[in-house]
Amino acid sequence: MDFNFLAFDRWLHIVAGVTWIGLLYYFNFVQAPALAAATADKGGPGGAGITKYVAPRALLWFRMSAAVTWLTGALYLAKNGHLHGAFTLGLMAEGGKLYLATIGVGAWLGTIMLFNVWVLIWPNQKKVLGLTPATDEQKAKARRTAFLASRTNTLLSIPMLMCMGSAFHGLPF
Amino acid sequence: MNPLESITGTITAGFVLAIVLNFVIKALAGV
Repeated sequence: MDFNFLAFDRWLHIVAGVTWIGLLYYFNFVQAPALAAATADKGGPGGAGITKYVAPRALLWFRMSAAVTWLTGALYLAKNGHLHGAFTLGLMAEGGKLYLATIGVGAWLGTIMLFNVWVLIWPNQKKVLGLTPATDEQKAKARRTAFLASRTNTLLSIPMLMCMGSAFHGLPF
Repeated sequence: MNPLESITGTITAGFVLAIVLNFVIKALAGV
């Protein structure tokens, strides 16, 4: 039996990436609007159950799948000998420039998104959810920072996915 | 107006950025 490490690694990258971006879309399209509606609904049950039981679990899978996605992606490029070429957007390469520029822009977008997850979203969400101590003013500021970083990642995910899907198969335009 | 304030604005800006990057990538690759 032949074992194709690159195919195996790419498979893990896709599974982790779907988990990451799926949860990102859940936060932006479902949870945040649902919590806003729950807060506005004065006679309703409120959003305490979501923030206590759902959000911490979703954030755990979110940040861990983000790390696995980036690591398996970087490993794929490294094993292929394309890590440097991709992150320099193929500008110093002799051949395969379109592939390297496409996967490289995708890799940079994914790297910015990973930074947003671990440096901006997760530390600020810990304050919002009360996992680390914070005043009401600090919580309000943290909520805004996490919101903007999460929305930025949703925006960046669209060109990132275009690049990931197009590197082998061609750009849409 | 900040497109990040709304979901439709965020998605629209994402597709606009993707199309711009499509042509930036081709220019970088010289094709």
